[in-house]
Amino acid sequence: MTQTSEFAVELRDVVKTFKTPEGTLLNAVDHVNMQIKHGEFFSMLGSSGCGKTTSLRMMAGFEWPTEGDVYIEGNAQGHTPPFQRPVNTVFQSYALFQHMTIYQNIAFGLEMERAPADEVKTRVGRLLDMVQLNGMERRYPKQLSGGQQQRVALARALVKMPNVLLLDEPLGALDLKLRKEMQLELKAIQQKVGITFVYVTHDQEEALTMSDRIAVMSKGKVMQVGIPVEIYERPQSRFVADFIGESNFFEGIVQSVEQDRATVLVPSLKAEVTGLNTGQVGVGQKAIISIRPEKIRISEQPALKTNFFNGTVKTTTYIGSDTHVYVDMGGGVTLKVWEQNKISSLDPRAYYVQGQKVCLNLFPENTLILAES
Amino acid sequence: MNPHRRHPFIRVATILVYFFLYAPILVLVLYSFNASRTNILFAGFIPSFGALQMGGSTVVQSPCGPFHWFCELSRNREVGLAARNTLTIAFISTFISTIIGTMAALAIQRYNFRLKSFSQLSLYVPIVIPEIVMGIGILTLFSQLFGILNGAFGLEGDSRLSLGLGTVIVSHIAFSVPFVTLVVQARLQGFDKSFEEAAMDLGANELITFWRVTFPMILPGVLSGALLAFTLSLDDFVITFFTTGPGATTLPIYVYGLLRRIITPQVNALSTVWIAIVLTVVFLLQRLQSREAK
Amino acid sequence: MLKRLRENKSFQGTLLVSPTLLWMIALLFIPLILTTIISFGTRNADGGVIYGFSFHNYVRLFGFSTDCPGGQASCFDPLYANILGRSLSLAFWTTVIVIALAYPLAYFIARAHPKRRNTFLMLVLVPLWTNFVIRVYAWMMLLREQGVINGIIGWVAARFGVQFEPLQMLYTPGAVLVGMVYEFLPFMILPIFTSLEKIDVPLYEAAADLGANPFRTFLRVTLPLSMPGVVAGTILVFIPVMGTFIVSDLLGGKQVILVGNLIQNQFLSARDPTFGSAASLILMIMTLIVTYFYTRKFGFGEEIIAV
Repeated sequence: MTQTSEFAVELRDVVKTFKTPEGTLLNAVDHVNMQIKHGEFFSMLGSSGCGKTTSLRMMAGFEWPTEGDVYIEGNAQGHTPPFQRPVNTVFQSYALFQHMTIYQNIAFGLEMERAPADEVKTRVGRLLDMVQLNGMERRYPKQLSGGQQQRVALARALVKMPNVLLLDEPLGALDLKLRKEMQLELKAIQQKVGITFVYVTHDQEEALTMSDRIAVMSKGKVMQVGIPVEIYERPQSRFVADFIGESNFFEGIVQSVEQDRATVLVPSLKAEVTGLNTGQVGVGQKAIISIRPEKIRISEQPALKTNFFNGTVKTTTYIGSDTHVYVDMGGGVTLKVWEQNKISSLDPRAYYVQGQKVCLNLFPENTLILAES
Repeated sequence: MNPHRRHPFIRVATILVYFFLYAPILVLVLYSFNASRTNILFAGFIPSFGALQMGGSTVVQSPCGPFHWFCELSRNREVGLAARNTLTIAFISTFISTIIGTMAALAIQRYNFRLKSFSQLSLYVPIVIPEIVMGIGILTLFSQLFGILNGAFGLEGDSRLSLGLGTVIVSHIAFSVPFVTLVVQARLQGFDKSFEEAAMDLGANELITFWRVTFPMILPGVLSGALLAFTLSLDDFVITFFTTGPGATTLPIYVYGLLRRIITPQVNALSTVWIAIVLTVVFLLQRLQSREAK
Repeated sequence: MLKRLRENKSFQGTLLVSPTLLWMIALLFIPLILTTIISFGTRNADGGVIYGFSFHNYVRLFGFSTDCPGGQASCFDPLYANILGRSLSLAFWTTVIVIALAYPLAYFIARAHPKRRNTFLMLVLVPLWTNFVIRVYAWMMLLREQGVINGIIGWVAARFGVQFEPLQMLYTPGAVLVGMVYEFLPFMILPIFTSLEKIDVPLYEAAADLGANPFRTFLRVTLPLSMPGVVAGTILVFIPVMGTFIVSDLLGGKQVILVGNLIQNQFLSARDPTFGSAASLILMIMTLIVTYFYTRKFGFGEEIIAV
């Protein structure tokens, strides 16, 4: 694999317009820029219709951009058909050829390259080893379990040693346990072969677990690109904070800015809240405060001098590792707080109970001040 | 609740309908062994082998024994010719209609083009108009066309264009194609596009993708379309009736002509042979299918 | 060039459909246009066509004659209108009887054990594959004056010592009706089976769970869901019955003249293709109208190709 360019895949100002059944035009992908580095495990994360699969299909060559272009290894792809691109795809439905054996499926791509027979044999053998499907060569896809079919799909694409492997929700059809196993295995395989993986998923946990970097997409646009920690801990918008994990939000007007902190007057709380000014907002601007439920400290007495708020426990939900506490702050505002169950107890009084007066401490370093989008 | 439980009324009705379907066929087969030449009453089987002996209108002894009428049939040159014509027409029209019908199904199911809805509609037309309308239309077309061509090129005698095997084949294709297309289309509806994308993704161009992936996967649909075209062609009477000419008589036409004049056990023998062939083919196909299912 | 072909999906589609489309235009649309043109013409003495624009063929079909015994310009002569009416009513009754016979059988097969379902289906298909003409012949044998049915009744009568005059069954409207029902029964069974088979068992269970007894379940769940099959079957039966002439020819003789016989006769014996063409167009319009109104509510889907 020769590295001719800084990026394995690059989307430059790509637009893809589809005609809806009603006859109107829709930008499934709307002026997207994306740079995917060599050897990276890159995920596109978003709900259905966000443009992640369309972006992937344009990289593969199944769709062509309406505007802009896809660059693979620095080469503009234009209308290059899929079979002339140095990328391979693992399909959501696996798309294994039902009339061919596992061996024939995996060998298909090499056959297309007119690789010599003995080379095909060794390379297919190596891949079968890698995905632990030795002895299955002569079976047909229908005779395999879902997880095994998934491995065949992976082997079939990887055997071509593409510059980039595109994966379209490859684990979507598997049950939860198998999916978790395959996540780790996929990551291990990616590190072993060193190929750039572009991974499409709607499962945030999956994206956070496996990816080197994640692009969060919505309505055809890229909302944020970053390493998993950044995406979770420093979301740049209310959308990302809300989409990845859970968060409490307040709206307000910035009162003062001091170094990396900002103080916001929140009308619904009738109080000021101080937090990290990650949104770089200025005094007088509207801002959104975001704080994750597990980062709120709940106590009976205030633990902070400022930035604490009194409320009443509305409901609690015991979910094993945590207790979810919903606190009524008055004025129609409810905050969610995840409290880890550090003590093993059967006594209901060991947990917060409905109607209990509590104090919520919002540590400024855990509280993010975002610009209004 | 047992989903296979059925009301006694349904069972009785089922038995009666099956009886209604099969009784005439059984009678037909039985009478092909009839000793009576007039074939009015069943005069029993022909009892013995030997030189042909008649007792009135009853065959008492035949070189073929009870299979007397089958032997007679096998000596009937007209039947042989008609059988040959029938099969020639069926094979050629099936071959062509399967190819062009599959192409059309692919086009309609996969592509967007201006004539798409017109094409789809035109394929439903032969299904919703009576065959005789199409038959006399084609007859009119050919007679007008041949009249003009024969006149323009001064064709005479044997070189004159006239109705015959060619016109029958062309017409059979016309009524088979819609059925082939619809059958293949139904198959393509359940066909995930990602199979072809996967092939292309792995380096196969459009042609290789078609031959290595698409075609093998739609082959069962294509085969059932072809089988349907073949049986439609074998069974067709009306269109053949209007488009056939001298020397291009098919079995249904031949039998029809015979029935209007005489009724002989030979027709029964012919029917029996026909049914036997159909049963054999069905049986073989069933075996093949159940083998494939495993 | 290759690149342009590869990218022009619309051109690819047109190319693929063109042989079929050309075939349909040449052997369906052009013949229909020719038929229309000819139907407005008049015939000359030796059966040729004088092109023109005259409605007299249609006037004749709808019950008026231009060749009156009293010498008037036109007079009422319902001969051909009666033929049209007879064909319609025969097609109607054939369809009704075929539905009544086909539905229980289709239901039986659809609810049969999956292992045996295929066998039962094959049993429906086998008579269909014995030739159309052969099937008519079978009924000729059964219905003849000295045929099998009369033979059996006669034999039974003789055993009881009753005098028995063979029944005249062949060459009656009843014979044609029975023949039509027999010919087209499988074309109704298969589509109804296809739509019944699609109904999931849980649906029946849900209906039972919600308190419907088997009869109400049938009326409210099974029957509505099987309507696409009944519609497709009706099209597959009604239309050919309207246009067939062999059944009426062989089983009805001169007694039962249908529009199919009329058309055939005009082209082959009476040698008036203009009148035959007009009758053929009217036949087509009648079936199209029936199909249109019939399918408007339910449409017809894949059941139509169940055969």
